[in-house]
Amino acid sequence: MNVPTDRKYSESHEWFTEGDGVVTLGITQFAADELTDVTYIELPTVGKKVTAGDAIGEVESVKATAEVTTAVGGEIIEVNATLADQPELVNDDAFVKGWMVKIHPDSSEPLTKLMDAGQYVAFVERAG
Amino acid sequence: MSTANTLEPNVASHVAMGSTRFPLQPSVLFELGSRGLCGASLPASDVPRLRREDVVPAELLADQPPPLPEIGELDVVRHYKRLSHRCFSVDENFYPLGSCTMKYNPRVNERVAGLEGFAHLHPYQDEGDVQGMLELLFRLRSDLAEIAGLPEVTLQPAAGAHGEMTALMVINAYHRSRGEHRTVVLAPDSAHGTNPASCTSCGATHVSVRSKEDGRVDMDDLRAKVDANTAALMITNPNTVGVFDEQIADIAKVIHAAGAQLYLDGANMNAILGITRPGDFGVDCMHFNTHKTFSTPHGGGGPGAGPVAVAEHLRPFLPVPQVIQRKDGTFGWCDDRPASIGKVRSFYGQIGVLVRAYTYIRSLGHDGLRDVAQKAVLASNYVAAKLKHRYSMPFPPPYAHEFIMVPRFDNSGVTEHDVAKRLIDHGIHPPTMSWPIHHCLMIEPTETESIHTLNHFVDAMLSIADEIEQNPDVVRTAPHTAPVKRLDEVGATRKPYVRWKPAD
Repeated sequence: MNVPTDRKYSESHEWFTEGDGVVTLGITQFAADELTDVTYIELPTVGKKVTAGDAIGEVESVKATAEVTTAVGGEIIEVNATLADQPELVNDDAFVKGWMVKIHPDSSEPLTKLMDAGQYVAFVERAG
Repeated sequence: MSTANTLEPNVASHVAMGSTRFPLQPSVLFELGSRGLCGASLPASDVPRLRREDVVPAELLADQPPPLPEIGELDVVRHYKRLSHRCFSVDENFYPLGSCTMKYNPRVNERVAGLEGFAHLHPYQDEGDVQGMLELLFRLRSDLAEIAGLPEVTLQPAAGAHGEMTALMVINAYHRSRGEHRTVVLAPDSAHGTNPASCTSCGATHVSVRSKEDGRVDMDDLRAKVDANTAALMITNPNTVGVFDEQIADIAKVIHAAGAQLYLDGANMNAILGITRPGDFGVDCMHFNTHKTFSTPHGGGGPGAGPVAVAEHLRPFLPVPQVIQRKDGTFGWCDDRPASIGKVRSFYGQIGVLVRAYTYIRSLGHDGLRDVAQKAVLASNYVAAKLKHRYSMPFPPPYAHEFIMVPRFDNSGVTEHDVAKRLIDHGIHPPTMSWPIHHCLMIEPTETESIHTLNHFVDAMLSIADEIEQNPDVVRTAPHTAPVKRLDEVGATRKPYVRWKPAD
């Protein structure tokens, strides 16, 4: 399973990277594969204030709809506008081109409670 | 790729679906016919002709007449007849679409709904002219109250989700009448998607309650999430994984202790009709899906009906008008309910659907309805027991009227989607899939299927299990016998082609 080691993972299959005071969020390749071909992505507006645990967006495929949940609170400072026209980027490249939002976090402390790559792989395998 | 013989299961009665009698690509009406062809000959008009420019303002006139097709009657009849042969319905084939209760719609329902005194009414007619209809609605109200174990019912909501919204509005009005403003609605993570949607429509925040491994509500998580801001818990019982949550009375206690209301999504009433009543296990209000439980036709978006039953303390907030029986024995509409949330539907609801539901309830009677539930549960457990050796059962039996199973894909590359498509080759409607747990199929046989049909389904599922092991390609490329094969569902969603345009 392709799981980069430079980031953190939530049980709801989002990934988070942190750098220069900005947290970037997307969904994992495993989640994208499970959803199958993504057809529509709803993302928040830039400037929106969010709280840790909020559903900030939605990913729709021909098979299912899934919420995207943020593990950190803060302000949305950028969204990946390319996904509106090319939702397939999430399937093709969930960890790089398929990023969804950038957040200016109130605190990045919640990230310390998330899983690292090894723990996430074990989590996915356990969930079967 | 396999030979034609292995592609087509031995289902002689179903080959009409893929018969070459019908052209593979049916034309649209606009592509049929030819200029001057006409379905009716009209006599010469004896009305003086007017110039259209004299009677229609110039800016409203089209540059040219619309390109309407010119077709003979026979071609029109054949066109629609051919299309009708491509329909799939419970009248023709087994339809185990879990969560949807695609039971047979008895013909007597249609016969009663078609009676002149019911079918030819107008909602503006005087009450005195429609006493029969009003009496039927009043009696249906009483019957549904009895089945729910709750004292009063509104028949207005036009569908199940509309019933959910109506009930949440009633609950909201109740809390406000006590000077409370509660904004959170809980629902287990196995809830139907309509539950959170209804919360959002009503301005509430939806919070999900975890389920345990056996599919029942995690009571610790429920206790942790209930507080003074909780307006209600929406629960489906039996739930969407096909098990009855025996903790329901304890769940009701936790909810009521916080001053919140317990709402039952009635989608799965088919499993408990006449056996237990929501009002008796602590429910404050619920909706019925008449199209599921009481055999009114559905599919294709309606029409539906979603009557809502409530406990005494919620009665003042129900929609108006309510059908009543007056002291002189006549029936009529009553608007006298000052705290009502108002009207939720034009006129009085989907009356034609309600007539069918009443007919179903009365033609079966008390014992008959209990028999429906028992046979639905028996059919579901029978099929599950026959398949458990070849399919994984994520939740332990006994099941309610439906159950969930997961095909054993191993490394075959087959998905639940492929299994569903392969069932089409057996003349069986694909079941609900991929929800509420990953890769599952949700099977609801209903009470109206014979042992012969259930066995046909079991045989089909066993043969597909063999194919997944021995010939996965035949599953992955199914259906092979339908008029159209694998559709480009992704393309259809990403680049929808929603309007026909002429070729030139």
